[in-house]
This record gives sequence, structure tokens and C-alpha cells, in this order.
Amino acid sequence: MASIAVPGRQVAEERFRTCPDTGLEVHAKAETLIRVNVLTAVVFLAVGGLFGLLIALTRWQAIHLLPAEWFYLLLTAHGAAVLIFWIMFFEVALFYFTSAVVLNSRLATPMIAWVAYVMMLVGALVATVAVLQGNSSVMFTSYPPLQAAPHFYLGLILFAVGMLLTCFIFLGTLVVAKDEGTYEGSIPLATFGGLTGAIIMIFTLASGAIILIPTYLWSLGIISTIDPLTYKLVWWGLGHSSQQVNVTLQVVVWYTIAALVLGARPLSEKVSRTAFLLYILFLQLASAHHLLVEPGLSSAWKIFNTSYAMYLAVLGSMIHGMSVPGAVEAAQRRLGHTKGIFGWLREAPWGNPAFAGMFLSLVLFGFLGGISGVILGTEQINILMHNTLYVPGHFHATVVCGTTLAFMAMTYLLIPIFFQRDLAFPKMAKWQPYVFGAGAAGISLFMMGAGTLGVARRHWDITFTDALISFDYPATAFFMLGLNGLSALVAAAGGVMYVVVVFGSVFAGKRRTAAEAKSNPIAPGAVALRTYGSEGTLKLPGTIVLVSVFFIAFALYYFINWRFLAGIWTMS
Amino acid sequence: MARQETDKDVGARPHVMQRLLDNPFLLVFLGVTMPTVLYLIWGIMEITQIPLAPS
Repeated sequence: MASIAVPGRQVAEERFRTCPDTGLEVHAKAETLIRVNVLTAVVFLAVGGLFGLLIALTRWQAIHLLPAEWFYLLLTAHGAAVLIFWIMFFEVALFYFTSAVVLNSRLATPMIAWVAYVMMLVGALVATVAVLQGNSSVMFTSYPPLQAAPHFYLGLILFAVGMLLTCFIFLGTLVVAKDEGTYEGSIPLATFGGLTGAIIMIFTLASGAIILIPTYLWSLGIISTIDPLTYKLVWWGLGHSSQQVNVTLQVVVWYTIAALVLGARPLSEKVSRTAFLLYILFLQLASAHHLLVEPGLSSAWKIFNTSYAMYLAVLGSMIHGMSVPGAVEAAQRRLGHTKGIFGWLREAPWGNPAFAGMFLSLVLFGFLGGISGVILGTEQINILMHNTLYVPGHFHATVVCGTTLAFMAMTYLLIPIFFQRDLAFPKMAKWQPYVFGAGAAGISLFMMGAGTLGVARRHWDITFTDALISFDYPATAFFMLGLNGLSALVAAAGGVMYVVVVFGSVFAGKRRTAAEAKSNPIAPGAVALRTYGSEGTLKLPGTIVLVSVFFIAFALYYFINWRFLAGIWTMS
Repeated sequence: MARQETDKDVGARPHVMQRLLDNPFLLVFLGVTMPTVLYLIWGIMEITQIPLAPS
């Protein structure tokens, strides 16, 4: 590990090492923080994933594993562990990677980064314990008048404040890097994407503070009441915007993996940055689609925030959705894979789990999560699926198929780069994205299928045993929930494979020497990650076919839902 | 003392869009202000205008 005197100003000498795989100057303190945050994230994924499997086996009516109290308790714990803690700890690692590491800079205020980590860890543990104690089964949304134990809210507030600190550390690192001249010109695209995520995160956490602090005081009896509609409005500024951070950082991971593995550059830096700008300006406004059936808010507010502003953010996603496969195609053709329309795709490195996970994440997110998100964000057709299992089906497509699969794929590069270990069980790692992707896609599809048939979300027993007013769902709904349970088993197998590979590699993997890294680099295209530049071509016949298929699927499914609505709301 | 801009400096100045994209703190301002005004403040204003039910 070399010591590098940072030019430009007098600072305490910092320890850096040159990564033999990427050529990046890695700040030792940033590296340790990245390692710790990644491992913490994986622990929460393992725990939250187990909870998720138990829930899916309960929804499978033939098994119906858990009693009602445990179902709601674990549903709350599952949401917190995977939707908040797994993803956000990993996002902290991505913030430090895309700022300090990509910019060849030292991390600003590493001591505060450790304070943030401890706050997040303590907050996550306190909130999880509160749920497991059994008196905080308030679901992910914790809508009043449902009231959790005070330490549930306190844990979430601690976690959020810690996360907010990491956003400021990201911004501080940008200032440090610019001031110390570690890069020239514009920041690289991955860093710009990280900045986009940090900006959305700041709004997200500010919304969380605005609503969770009074709710905490309410749980202590200091405030007499919380207005449920105001709570819902402000809370979704936290609840949905946090998912927009996930989308943003998953897109960053797509670009990063394409760059590191293939040396792929975006088709146009300016267009990709403009797409991120659309996220900065409009993506958070999509939170309004959770309030589309609330009578207290006007159609003007709803339609502006969803059917106008949200579509501008969707435009951003579509640009990324074309730019990433386009960049892969351009890079592959540049590398000599020019046979036919899809030769570049056939000859892509499908045996590399980082690439395979990234591309599966891209396709599944676009086709399953993206299209269903637009359906739920349209006021009229939202009513078809509102509060049904379609909603968790949709967000499993975005957060599990999209974000989680992308983060898993990124881990396969972070392990050799930051832990300096070869992947343990390489065959298992090779199959893991396919197994997990198939299971996650099944979960999403079958929950959306059951939701389309009207199955309510957050419902322990769809047979309505002992209910005063009975209701019979069609047999297909039960079949869908059975398939959902089977898919959860497959996804859980993929999750176990991931955890085994990660911990096996980190604690027992073969140490990666500089000589091995130079002879067999896992990130030969790293220069594309840290420099500004575009592929600058639109001769992409394969991508144009793929994008056309996507648009046809999108238009057809959109039309089908309007047709479905017309069939329900007959007019005479 | 501020340095006077020459014609050469003006010609080399990046496009306004590029300057926006290269200014992280302006982006932070825009990214926080837009949803605060259009989503939160507008939404809360509407909620406060809902008439109370007669007691």
C-alpha cells in the first residue's frame, strides 16, 4: 500500500493502494468502510430473505405456514430488513465507491462515516428488535392509527440520520476531489449517478424526519394525534422516494458493470446525464401514485405529479434502458463480436455472474417492473389493482429483480476489488444470478397475476375462514399463490447461493495477488468507468430490436389494462 | 480583485446545460426544491383546505 501525497493543498497524508484490477487509487479508509457496509447489507438480506420465504409459504394456501400474528410480524420485519436495511447499507458502499474510489480521492470525514455506520446499525437493530418483540406489526408503511412501540420509530430515525450523514459525506468527497484535483473536467457518469442518488436520498430522508419525529412523539403520548392523510402524504415522500434511490443506483450499477467488464461507455454522456437530471427533477414526484385513490387530494395534484411529472422520469428510465444495452452492443461490436443482429448478445460473457446479473436485472426491471409501474402510476387504471397483491408483485419486480439482482451482480466485482479475494465456489456464483432471477421473476409475475384477480395484499387468509361475509376467489388465484410459493423457494435457493459465495469468498476465498489480477483482470475496461466519453454510435440493430419489443409489450399491456377497465366500468 | 472576462473566455465557456450538470450544489437545490414544492407543500395545502366534519 503506497502513500500518496495529494497535490494542491496540505492535508494529512492518507494511505492509498493502486488496485491491480482497475488501476484505481483506493483510499484505505474508504475501502474498509465499503467492506463493512457490504457485509452488513448481506447479513440483513439473509435475515430478511428468510422472513420473505416464510411469508410466501404462508400465502401458499395449501401450506399456510404461519399463524396470523407471525405473518404480520414477519411481513413488517421482512419489509424493514430487505427494503430498507439491505439496500441502504449497500447504497452507502456504492456512495463511497462512486465518489472516493472512482474519483481517485480520499473519502471526506471517514470518522463521521463510521459514526453514520454505527447509527445505521444501531437504528436497524433497534427497529428489528421492536418488530420481533411483537408489538410493532405495523407493516412497512406504519400508517396511523396503527401504532408501533416508540423504539421502532426511534430506530428508524437513527438509521435515517446515519444515512443522511453518508449523503453529506458523498457531497463532501466531491468537494475534496475537486479541490485536490484528483479528476479533470466533469465527474464520471457513475459519480454523476451517485450524486443523483444522494440528492434523491436527501429529499427522502428529510421527508422521513418530517413525519417520523412527530410519529415518535405520538407513540410516546406527547402528541395526541397524527392526521392519517398528512402522514400518508409525507411518509410516501420517504417510502417511494427511497425506491427511486434504488432505481438510480441500480442504473449506476448497470453502467458500472458494463464499463468494468466490457469497457462499455454510454452511447452519449450528455444524454445519459440528462436522463439522470430528469430523475433529479421529477422522479420523487411519483410518490403521489400511492395516493391516487385518496379523496382529500385534487385530481390536479394527482395528475400533475403522476401522469405529467412521473412520465418525464419514466423517459429518463427509458433512455437508460436503451443506453445500457446499446453501450454493451457497441462495446461488443468494437471487440469484434459483429455477427448478425444478436451475435454481440450471444457472445456476451454470460458465464460472468456480474455481467449476467446486470443484464438480467436490466431486462426484468424493464419488462416487469417498469411497465407495471406505469400501470400503477396511471390514475384511472391504478384502481384496477390498488391495494391488491399486484402492488407487491410490481415492487418485487423493481426492488428484487431490478435492484437486488443488480447489487448482487456488483458484489461479484466488489469482492475481488475491495476484499482482494477470488470468488469462492465459482460454479455456484456462475449460476446464482439465473437461479435468483428466475425465482424473483416468478414471485413478481405470480403476485401480479393474483392481484389482477383481485387478491388483497397484506392478507393472511384469502379463504376468509370464519369470516361473517364469505368470498370465493377463483381457483386460478390459489394456483398463482402456489406458484408464488414455489418461485420463492427458487429465489431463496438463489439467495442462499449468494450468501454462501459472498461469505465463502470474503472469509475463505483465495487471496488475489497483484500478479493474478494483472494476468486475469476482472475489470479490464475500468478506464471507461473513470473517464468522460461516449460510444458515439447508433449503429445498434440488436438494441433497436430489443427496444422495439419492449415498446410493443408496453403498448399492448397498457391497452389491455384500459380494455379491462372499460369492461368493468360499463357505460350506458 | 475580479478578473475581467475576455472574448476568448466567453467563447470557451461551457454550455449552460453543461454548467448545470457540473454544479452539484445547484442540482441538490433543484432536486430538493422541486418535490418539496410540487409534492409536499402543494399536497399539504390541499389537505389543510379539506373542511372539518360538523361536530
